[in-house]
Amino acid sequence: MPVKVMIPSPLRPYAGKRDSAEFNVRTVGEALGRLTTEFADLRKHLFTEDGKLRSFVNVYVNDEDIRYLAKENTPTKDGDTISIIPSIAGGIEGYNRHCAQGKGPPFSFLDATAS
Amino acid sequence: MATTAQPRTGSKPAAGLSNEEILRYSRHLIMPEVGMEGQLKLKNAKVLLIGTGGLGAPLGLYLAAAGVGKLGLVDFDVVDFTNLQRQVTFGSSDVGKPKSQAARARLSNLNPDIQIESFETQLTSANALDLFKDFDIIVDGTDNFPTRYLVNDACILLGKPNVYGSIFRFEGQVSVFGMPDGPCYRCLYPEPPPPGLVPSCAEGGVLGVLPGIVGSIQAMETIKLILGRGDNLIGRLLLFDALGMKFRELKLRKNPNCPMCGTHRTINRLIDYYEFCGVRGEEAPGPSVQVPEITPRDLKARLDHGDDLFILDVREPHEYQICNLKGHLIPLGELTRRVYELDSSREIVAHCRSGKRSAEAVDFLRKAGFRKILNLKGGILAWSDEVDPSVPKY
Repeated sequence: MPVKVMIPSPLRPYAGKRDSAEFNVRTVGEALGRLTTEFADLRKHLFTEDGKLRSFVNVYVNDEDIRYLAKENTPTKDGDTISIIPSIAGGIEGYNRHCAQGKGPPFSFLDATAS
Repeated sequence: MATTAQPRTGSKPAAGLSNEEILRYSRHLIMPEVGMEGQLKLKNAKVLLIGTGGLGAPLGLYLAAAGVGKLGLVDFDVVDFTNLQRQVTFGSSDVGKPKSQAARARLSNLNPDIQIESFETQLTSANALDLFKDFDIIVDGTDNFPTRYLVNDACILLGKPNVYGSIFRFEGQVSVFGMPDGPCYRCLYPEPPPPGLVPSCAEGGVLGVLPGIVGSIQAMETIKLILGRGDNLIGRLLLFDALGMKFRELKLRKNPNCPMCGTHRTINRLIDYYEFCGVRGEEAPGPSVQVPEITPRDLKARLDHGDDLFILDVREPHEYQICNLKGHLIPLGELTRRVYELDSSREIVAHCRSGKRSAEAVDFLRKAGFRKILNLKGGILAWSDEVDPSVPKY
C-alpha cells in the first residue's frame, strides 16, 4: 500500500534532490529499505554498518516516533506519511568563524554550511 | 508553568509600572491575556539568550520590546558582513564589534527600561551553571551540537526551561525542553551525529528570513512560559518547511531511560561536549584528507610562466556564477561519473571555495590513478587574499 516518505533537506543531496518518495510497503523498515535501495548514498546516513537505524535520525509514522511503536517493524497503512527527522544544529556563524580562520567547516554535520 | 518563570534570585520583584512603561506596553496591558499582571511577570522575568546571531536577533528584539526585565546575551563572536543578511539586530556600522556588545547597545536603545547583561564569552562546561543560575529561562539559539547538548544538560541539572530552535537551509525545528514532565533534547536525540557524516558543504547556506521566523516562534514560546498562558511546545516538535510553507508537528515523548532526565539519571554533571560530539576542542578539523597542495602564489607564478595546467573547479554551478578562476567545472558530487572528462596525462590543479572539497576530489582522483594532481591550498578564499583581491569572497 502506498506510503509517502518525506526526505528532509539535509539528506536530499543523497536522494537525487527529491523531497519525498512513495512506496508500496507494509512496514517502516520496508519503506526505508526501498528508499536506501533506490538511493544507495542515503544508506550510510540512515543506518550504521550493522544495519541499525542511527541514533541521531528519528523516524515518525505520521506524528508518532517509531521508537515508541514497533520500531522498524511498525506497520504502515495506505496514505501514511513516514518522516525522517535528523538532528540539525542550525545557524551558520560557526562556518564563517572557522572559514575565516582557514579551517574546515565547524564541528558537525548539519550545521556545516559551506567550505 | 508560570512558576518556573518567576524570579528565584536577586532583588525584590517589581510591584508596579511607571507611567512611561504603561504607555510603552499599552498594547499588552489592554489584552486580558497579558494585562498588568502579565506585564509585571514579564518585567520580573530573567531570560538568557545563548547566541545573538540569526535566531538571537528576533529573540533579543522581541523579548526586549516586550519588556522582559532582564536579558542576558551570551556570544563570543564578532559581527561580520556575512551576518547582516539575517542577523537583523546588527547594522553595517557594527561590523567588527563583539556581537554581545553590539546587541546590547541595540536592545538598550529599543528599551532603556530593562536590564541587559552581555557575556562576551564562549559557553563552556566550566561556566554554564554559573551563567544560567541567575536566569529563569534559557533560550538556545546556538549553531553547533556540542553547545546544544551543553545547554540541554545544564538546564536539566538546574531545572530550567530550555526554549530550543534550530535551522538548516529552509527548515526549522522548535520545541520547549526541560519542563518537569516534558522531554529533553537527549530524549529527542540521544547522540549527536559523528563529524564524519558531513554532507557536501556546498549544501549549506540559509535563507535569511528563516531564523527570523524560527527565532520569533522561540520568543513567543518564551513569553508564553513567562505569562503561564496558552499551550507551549512541551512534548511537541514543531517543524517548519519554508519552501513548502508548511508547519507540521510531531509528538515528543519523555524517554524513561534518558541518561539526563529519565528515572535513573546517569549524567550528574556537565561533561566534555566536544569529546561527546567527537570533536576535540582545540583541534578544529582541517581538511579531512592530506593531499599534495600548491599555494595560490605558486599557482599564479606557474600560470604566468605559461605552464600547461588544467584547473578543475569542484564547486557547484551557482558558486561558479559568484566567481571563478575559469576552471573546468565538475561539482564534487558528480566527479565519480564525470571523471572521463579529465586527462590524467595533464597536470591538474583542483580547487573549491576553501580547499576542503577539492582535497576530497584530489584524494579520490589519486586513488583513481591520477598522479599529477594538486589541491589549491585555501581555495578561492586564499586566491583572493594572496593573489587577486578583485575575486570576491563569499
